[in-house]
Amino acid sequence: MMGAEVFMLLAIAIPFVTSALVGMSDGKPNQRETVTLVGACITFGVVLNLLPGAMSGVRTSISLLEFLPGLSLRLELEPLGMMFALIASFLWIVSSIYSIGYMRGKKEGHQTRFFMCFAIAIGSAMTVALAGNMLTLFIGYEVLSLSTYPLVAHHQDAEARKGGRIYLGYLLSTSIGLLLLGMIWTWQLTGTLEFKPGGIMEGRVEGAAAGLLLVLYMFGIGKAALMPFHRWLPAAMVAPTPVSALLHAVAVVKAGVFSVMKVVVYIFGIDFLGATEEASWLGYVAAGTLLLASLIAMQADNLKRRLAYSTVSQLSYVTLGAAMFHPLGVIGGAMHIAMHAFGKITLFFCAGAIYVATGKVNVSQLDGLGKAMPFTFLAFFIGACSVIGLPPLGGMWSKYYLSLAAADNGQLVFIAALMISSVLNVAYLMPIVARGFFKRSEDGEAVEGIKEAPVFCVIPLCVSALGCIALFFYADDLYQLLVPLAGEFK
Amino acid sequence: MIASHLPALQIIIPLLCAPFCLLLRWNWYVYGVALVASWAAFAVSIALLDAVLAGGPISYRLGGWAPPWGIEYVVDSVNAYVLLIVSAIGALVITFGKQSVERELPLGKDGLFYTSYLLCLAGLLGVTITGDAFNVFVFLEISSLSSYILISLGRQPMALTAAYRYLVLGTIGATFYLIGVGLLYQATGTLNIADLAVRVAEVGESRSVRVAFGFMTVGLGIKLALFPLHIWLPNAYAYAPSVSSAFLAATATKVSVYVLVRVFFTIFGPVYSFETMPLDIVLLPLAVAAMFVGSLIAIFQVDVKRMLAYSSVAQIGYMIVGICLASVIGLTGGLLHLFNHALMKGALFLAMGCVVYRLGSVMLDDLSGLGQRMPWTMAAFVIGGLSLIGIPLTAGFVSKWYLILGALDKDWWWLAALILLSSLLAIIYVWRIIEVAYLRPAPEGAQRGEAPLSLLVPTWVLALANIYFGIDTRVSVGVAETAATFLMGSK
Repeated sequence: MMGAEVFMLLAIAIPFVTSALVGMSDGKPNQRETVTLVGACITFGVVLNLLPGAMSGVRTSISLLEFLPGLSLRLELEPLGMMFALIASFLWIVSSIYSIGYMRGKKEGHQTRFFMCFAIAIGSAMTVALAGNMLTLFIGYEVLSLSTYPLVAHHQDAEARKGGRIYLGYLLSTSIGLLLLGMIWTWQLTGTLEFKPGGIMEGRVEGAAAGLLLVLYMFGIGKAALMPFHRWLPAAMVAPTPVSALLHAVAVVKAGVFSVMKVVVYIFGIDFLGATEEASWLGYVAAGTLLLASLIAMQADNLKRRLAYSTVSQLSYVTLGAAMFHPLGVIGGAMHIAMHAFGKITLFFCAGAIYVATGKVNVSQLDGLGKAMPFTFLAFFIGACSVIGLPPLGGMWSKYYLSLAAADNGQLVFIAALMISSVLNVAYLMPIVARGFFKRSEDGEAVEGIKEAPVFCVIPLCVSALGCIALFFYADDLYQLLVPLAGEFK
Repeated sequence: MIASHLPALQIIIPLLCAPFCLLLRWNWYVYGVALVASWAAFAVSIALLDAVLAGGPISYRLGGWAPPWGIEYVVDSVNAYVLLIVSAIGALVITFGKQSVERELPLGKDGLFYTSYLLCLAGLLGVTITGDAFNVFVFLEISSLSSYILISLGRQPMALTAAYRYLVLGTIGATFYLIGVGLLYQATGTLNIADLAVRVAEVGESRSVRVAFGFMTVGLGIKLALFPLHIWLPNAYAYAPSVSSAFLAATATKVSVYVLVRVFFTIFGPVYSFETMPLDIVLLPLAVAAMFVGSLIAIFQVDVKRMLAYSSVAQIGYMIVGICLASVIGLTGGLLHLFNHALMKGALFLAMGCVVYRLGSVMLDDLSGLGQRMPWTMAAFVIGGLSLIGIPLTAGFVSKWYLILGALDKDWWWLAALILLSSLLAIIYVWRIIEVAYLRPAPEGAQRGEAPLSLLVPTWVLALANIYFGIDTRVSVGVAETAATFLMGSK
């Protein structure tokens, strides 16, 4: 019987091995994609093996090697990371299938590079998920930024280069300029970068300095797209749609908000932050981002751009959950990582399927398409409802816990922000579905028969839409996984 | 028997092999001699480092004359480490040399090139190993004169002007240093560094000591290309043959930084340098300016070798910052960066050497699509570039970590922020090249062709060293920390 240590190492190693094997299969598309799918399935299997241990509250940890005196590269399994690893590895399978359909359907170039970088990105997301200290997390975080750059700039034209530049520019400069400084400061103050329940800051720093340190961390984690560091996300929309799915649902932004959670819960500790007056700015910035991004999303006609701003807004739900410094807020925020992952990946898959099937990219072009692509639009409807937070879809639960936490803290402003934002979500997502089903197409030609995207595109989006529904019914299991987080606070 | 003469062998091997190169005309012999001599010097430096780490400082009396009258070679934890860097780069670069030299140098100049290469190596090693302040000047001149030749051998006519400018400024620098040594001799009556250290303290505050301090600092400042005394460097590196720029960029300025450290921390001692003479107030602004001006100018270069040269100016700024912090952590960071920067610049210049070998040019526009045409070369370049930026798991990250920690330890917030800010500039100039190489289509009819293996292997050894020393930091950090503790406690 292998121990959890081995599985943790495997979960990180297998994606990298997959990437190497994909590289060796250059020029043999079928072999290449088989390797990707097998690698994805094995990774998911390995991560599943970790679940029973994590559910029973065991925290396995491994120290790999001493990086600097007293500072090791370390892995540790804990509930938040378990959840992130599960999401990322499962969605890797789904998005791989989708990528095959999309990339072949669009006859994209450089497909080997695409699948290689995709696998490396997953491997680094696994590193982030299983990191046992801030340094290890930071390494995974940076590798993730670098490995997704070739994906964002995939088309290699002027626009893609510009998008890639903005993408990498924001992510590297925030992480090196702010996050690294915060980390070294923490190391200098406390002599450790370990993730400890209850945090490591208590008694080491206080007042304005603590607030400043929080600024360095929160804005330094550029992947969480807290305004004003959100511009990279819409800029990355030049990438092929499977990449957008990777960015928005599977790995990148999730790694961002996941890091926010980790820092708030394990580096600062919510009790410490709750008692620090200077830390309260975070909630307001998150709430502001949440509303502003929703408003911008309403203006956007380009479908992917609209979804991108919707992501910026949804990410701030997670940050807001962390920023309430309340156990339920943390659980709600963490759950929202999962809920949003499934909801948003469905929406992106649909946007990509529409593009593959019809070449349409703007919301205003979608009139009447619902009859031609019923599965796609139905899935879009389900994903949209989950993002809005309607029952019986998973998205409802996370918003429920978030509102509960805000109510318990008596922060009415945040409840208002959550509710207004939900209304705005309806306003920018539902018209898309309505146009598809109820409006006549502009040129008046009647749509005849079903013209769906390739089946490799349609199956994944149906799977992820079903996932949104399943999450509604299995939310309790997720809650049980995450509840040890709450137990550590008081 | 031989073991006790290691310090002398370190210098004598390259020094004596140099004239051989001039006599042996046939280029395979010449190359063979240079190759064997460089690797032998490398082996000696490993043995020396081993001996020093095991048994403490080694003192070697040249000709059996006892110090402080005779010339003494001293190997301690500080310079054993620098010797290792210099000789390792020397050996790797020469291995790379043969084909690159044949391609880039005028026909028939090979013998001259290898002769000056070995002389330069001997000079740099000599500067490092000697325990005599005047002897430092002698070796400094040997290395400088030979490096003028190394630079002027470049094919473009500009190489001559570049070498000439370096000659003028380098001579001024060396002369200033000599004036400083002369004044110290006048004040103390000794030239031996260890002896000087004791006697300078005894003499205490005196005008001649102060003037000597000033002359030595400025003189070495020119030699190590401290902003704004750096103007000789960009052209020299840009127009020199690839082998020369890789070798000089990775070693020459480092050795001058080492001498500066010796002057500040051993001869004058940290208390005199940083408390009596407020050195940090003078040098720190210059170092910070170097970080920014160097990086900003690098961003606008279209010649990649020139860009790397300006980036060197910036990186030297980091080393000086480490010195100015005048604490064990800060100095560790400075010394680590000295080592790591040799690795990254070595890898980057060698990669550019591969490019010159194939394309004959390193202009940014000519690099289009090079990621597909020379995948291995460009991959090595990317690794070196990431290390230059300071991405985790590369060597550059470790030295930045210590520098920032040193700044925070002193509560110099602004400095930590400035160091990071200038790293962001490195992202810009490195990424410009990566973007052109990978995301722009290759010009019509461009052939896919890698550089030959003898060029690629040394390049990759250095690139992988960047990753190795970014992950396993026990050796590099350990040695740098020992050296820094030794220097800080030396007086």
